[in-house]
Amino acid sequence: MPPTPAAAVAVTDLVVDRGKKPVLKNVSTAIAAGSVTGLLGPSGSGKTTFIRAVVGTQQVKSGTVEVLGHPAGSKPLRRRVAYVTQDASIYRDLSVKANVAYFAALYGKNRHEAMHAVERVGMGDHADRLAGNLSGGQKTRTSLACALVIEPEVLVLDEPTVGLDPVIREELWDQFRELARQGATLLVSSHVMDEADRCDRLLLLREGRFIADDTPADLRASTGTDNLEAAFLHLIRSLEGVN
Amino acid sequence: MSVRITFITAGRILRQLLNDRRTVGLILAVPALIIALISAIMDDSPQVFDTVGLILLAAFPFMLMFMITSITLLRERTGGTLERLMTTPTGKLDLVVGYALAFGAAAAAQTTVAATVAFVFLGLDTAGPAWVVLLICIVTSMLGMALGLFVSAFATTEFQAIQFMPVFVIPQLFLCGLIWPADQMAGWLQGVSDALPLTYAVKALTEVQLNPEVTDAMWGYLAVVFGAVLVATVLGAATLRRRTN
Ligand SMILES: Nc1ncnc2c1ncn2[C@@H]1O[C@H](COP(=O)(O)OP(=O)(O)OP(=O)(O)O)[C@@H](O)[C@H]1O
Ligand SMILES: [Mg+2]
Repeated sequence: MPPTPAAAVAVTDLVVDRGKKPVLKNVSTAIAAGSVTGLLGPSGSGKTTFIRAVVGTQQVKSGTVEVLGHPAGSKPLRRRVAYVTQDASIYRDLSVKANVAYFAALYGKNRHEAMHAVERVGMGDHADRLAGNLSGGQKTRTSLACALVIEPEVLVLDEPTVGLDPVIREELWDQFRELARQGATLLVSSHVMDEADRCDRLLLLREGRFIADDTPADLRASTGTDNLEAAFLHLIRSLEGVN
Repeated sequence: MSVRITFITAGRILRQLLNDRRTVGLILAVPALIIALISAIMDDSPQVFDTVGLILLAAFPFMLMFMITSITLLRERTGGTLERLMTTPTGKLDLVVGYALAFGAAAAAQTTVAATVAFVFLGLDTAGPAWVVLLICIVTSMLGMALGLFVSAFATTEFQAIQFMPVFVIPQLFLCGLIWPADQMAGWLQGVSDALPLTYAVKALTEVQLNPEVTDAMWGYLAVVFGAVLVATVLGAATLRRRTN
């Protein structure tokens, strides 16, 4: 293992415009290696845009994004970073197993490892079904398996638990925690506040700026509330009060 | 570029194609059926069929591969898998050459069926050997594929991709010598015809039709078509963007 830099992801003064509209307005943060960071914010606040900048598929206007010490999206990172898009990016005309086996093969992993990843997302019983015929949540899980099989050092997940039932959500979050314990760095966007409590750190994005970059406990303490939903509302209100 | 990833990609695309039985059926049967139809239309003039049927043998796979490729790549683009692939070790050329291999194999199967039907059952006759005809047809269908790859970058919906047929394919079919000999067209149009790659496929086929031996001219024309395949493939790869807005 090369020496791990203190921050697995370092974002400095990032500015992104999409279709001439400013979406990220100068955001900076550092994400520690071996942690789970939650990216929260209302719809349209720029979560996906931020995530795309981290995996290097987003054109940026200015600022830098470094992952594991390399510029985001650069060649050495393509074996070490996995990205699960918001809408399941899988091949509808391939079976669940064939989808996962394809992504596995790109990284020199075998069918056995692919099947293991299919089991991990609870899709073992559907392994031979065509992805196009799956439910939304099943597609999401298949897409997730395509990333898990890679065993990445940095795993970037855009709303991976939308539409999943509580039991599976719980299981997946246990897996995310376990991956982080083993040293992986996870960046997970979410709408759901109860998931925020399972993160080591939270980034709250609002209108293209981070209005919080803190641990769940500190966030609760600084806003004097005991639940995160209330803490966020408190933050937003106090910001609007200032303006 | 990685040979391993290119083959993995080609395997994936072929598997996608094979999972779609109806498309496989259409790919294999349609050109053969159309040529049979043309042969029946030209029942009284087998010499005309020898010319038109021969050109169609190359033109249909060209058209079909253009369509299938542009739509498949467009799906990859709009379905998010392209964005995902761009974060994996897959290089742009790996992907594009993977497409070329997979659809090249499909084109070879298609052309073999159509050519077998034409030569064995419909009495298509050429002075030169049938294997050269097959070779020309396969290279021509790869041209369709390569153009499809390139063009798919400019379409944002499948509907648009289909609309590119009349822009990129139909003029080539009209001007290649299929409906009218190129040397009898208006002078300026001959110039345009000379600039279109499909024209050289027809010239190569005409060489096989007229000469029992495989001529140098045939190889020359075929090389032009193959060159166009390479150029379009590289241009197609260049239209893939790792970073988008
Ligand atoms: N391709 C695009 N072209 C132009 N603008 C875009 C594009 N994609 C997104 N946007 C705009 O950028 C802004 C941020 O979008 P983004 O997808 O990052 O939001 P998000 O926080 O992920 O939202 P959601 O929770 O709904 O997924 C939105 O205002 C959106 O309309
Ligand atoms: Mg989003």
